[in-house]
Amino acid sequence: MSDSVAVLGGSMTKFGQRDAWICELLAEAGSACLADTGVSPDAVDHLYVSNMASGEFEGQTGVMNALAHDLGLVPAYSQRVDQTSASGGAGIYAAWQSIKSGASDMTLLVGGEKMTHRSTAESTDVIASITHPAEYKHGVTLPSFAGLTARLYLEQFDAPRESLAEVAVKNHENGVRNENAQFRTEITVEEALDSPIVADPLRLYDFCPVTDGSAALLFCPVAVAEEYADDYVVLSGVGGATDTHVVHERDDPTTMNAVVDSSDRAFEMAGLEPDDIDVAELHDMFTILEFLQMEAVGFAEQGRAWEQAMDGRTRLDGDLPINPSGGLKSKGHPLGASGVAQGYEIYEQLVGEAGDRQVSADAGLACNVGGFGNCVTTAIMEARQ
Amino acid sequence: MTMEAYRYEDGTISYPGHPRSRDGAEPVETIDLSEYTGEVITWTTSTATPPGVREPNTLAIVEFDVDGETVRALGGTTIDDVEIGQTVTPVHVEELREPGVGIKPADGPQEWDGYRFEPV
Repeated sequence: MSDSVAVLGGSMTKFGQRDAWICELLAEAGSACLADTGVSPDAVDHLYVSNMASGEFEGQTGVMNALAHDLGLVPAYSQRVDQTSASGGAGIYAAWQSIKSGASDMTLLVGGEKMTHRSTAESTDVIASITHPAEYKHGVTLPSFAGLTARLYLEQFDAPRESLAEVAVKNHENGVRNENAQFRTEITVEEALDSPIVADPLRLYDFCPVTDGSAALLFCPVAVAEEYADDYVVLSGVGGATDTHVVHERDDPTTMNAVVDSSDRAFEMAGLEPDDIDVAELHDMFTILEFLQMEAVGFAEQGRAWEQAMDGRTRLDGDLPINPSGGLKSKGHPLGASGVAQGYEIYEQLVGEAGDRQVSADAGLACNVGGFGNCVTTAIMEARQ
Repeated sequence: MTMEAYRYEDGTISYPGHPRSRDGAEPVETIDLSEYTGEVITWTTSTATPPGVREPNTLAIVEFDVDGETVRALGGTTIDDVEIGQTVTPVHVEELREPGVGIKPADGPQEWDGYRFEPV
């Protein structure tokens, strides 16, 4: 076994509607990451590509091989990682395994997705194909799971509808400060509450957009990182877990069991507790998921996360800034890229390169969710001591 | 046509059925949930539906009590004005969404008929 795993550097493309196709997006982020760290392509032993559905979206498969060729990484080992929307987080897990096992001394992870050339209805159907056939035949979508859960949460915990709008307002505000975010416009609570219904009681501003984009991270043992840079971070904890495929079979629909399990494992590995985390990127594909993950990770008691959104604790100037990047809600959600981009935001926060959205942080957490909590990875990073 | 749930060796019931229960027990019998009434746990009306799906599409999670063991099912409803706690019963529908219009082929393993929930 080798020593601790370092994140040596990272990059992300502009998220939004892009002319580039999947291979070009992946190459853009991967090339920038190598340039940022000064690592030569021939030093890369392993390449992981996080991607959910390039075959379904644009008929392009084999993207890991294509990227290895495009970046001059041949004959590095390459592998595509698909864990639906959690593909990026699963890529972080795979990269950590590759370094920690000693199989690789330099692992490049690139996540990406090209989606906007499809209509929203088509993209929704591609994503809904992850559901069980007994769910799919009813026309269920991921947004409708969010509507079902949000109604139960608001009723069960007496939470005001405005608290969900506050999540959207906060994340749009943060996105204004992120030059790579898809949406860089502020919204008000009133605008969020007056927007069109998508899955009652949730409305348009409760949902992330359809997005193109890519992000990359470079991993190596800490001893190797010392040779390249002074400003790396340590990936001190990583955990992964699954929940039931069929969402309605879960005992408590408002508890994200896989978030509980994956974050417990990450905290145990890092030797940290929720109170030790200074900044977090949570998978706010829908506003309700920010509350459910805060509670499952241990940042709030069950049914109480909405209070923290209302009192401003999760804003950039609060005690626990959540989604300083703008989150999936504002930054965008190119499926395979999102988990990698979450990790990149935590990296930037810990090395002090987050610009206008910089917070004071020694430890950060990224939680990446696939499906409606079906499969989850949690990563904890710490600033170099 | 039945709304087939599985009862497992460990006494638990699931809809749909699986080769094993959550704790790994094997199935021992099937139960037709269409013979029962259930209670709405939560519901939503989706207005952004995929190709071939009715719009709007009201969906509910319904909990059934089968001899003291609870089992839940997701399905569409026959009305849009649903309430939590409402008692409903499954009614058979020949075509829940238009076959082959979305990502899944019409002649593949995906079933297209099933049950929607109707207030009692």
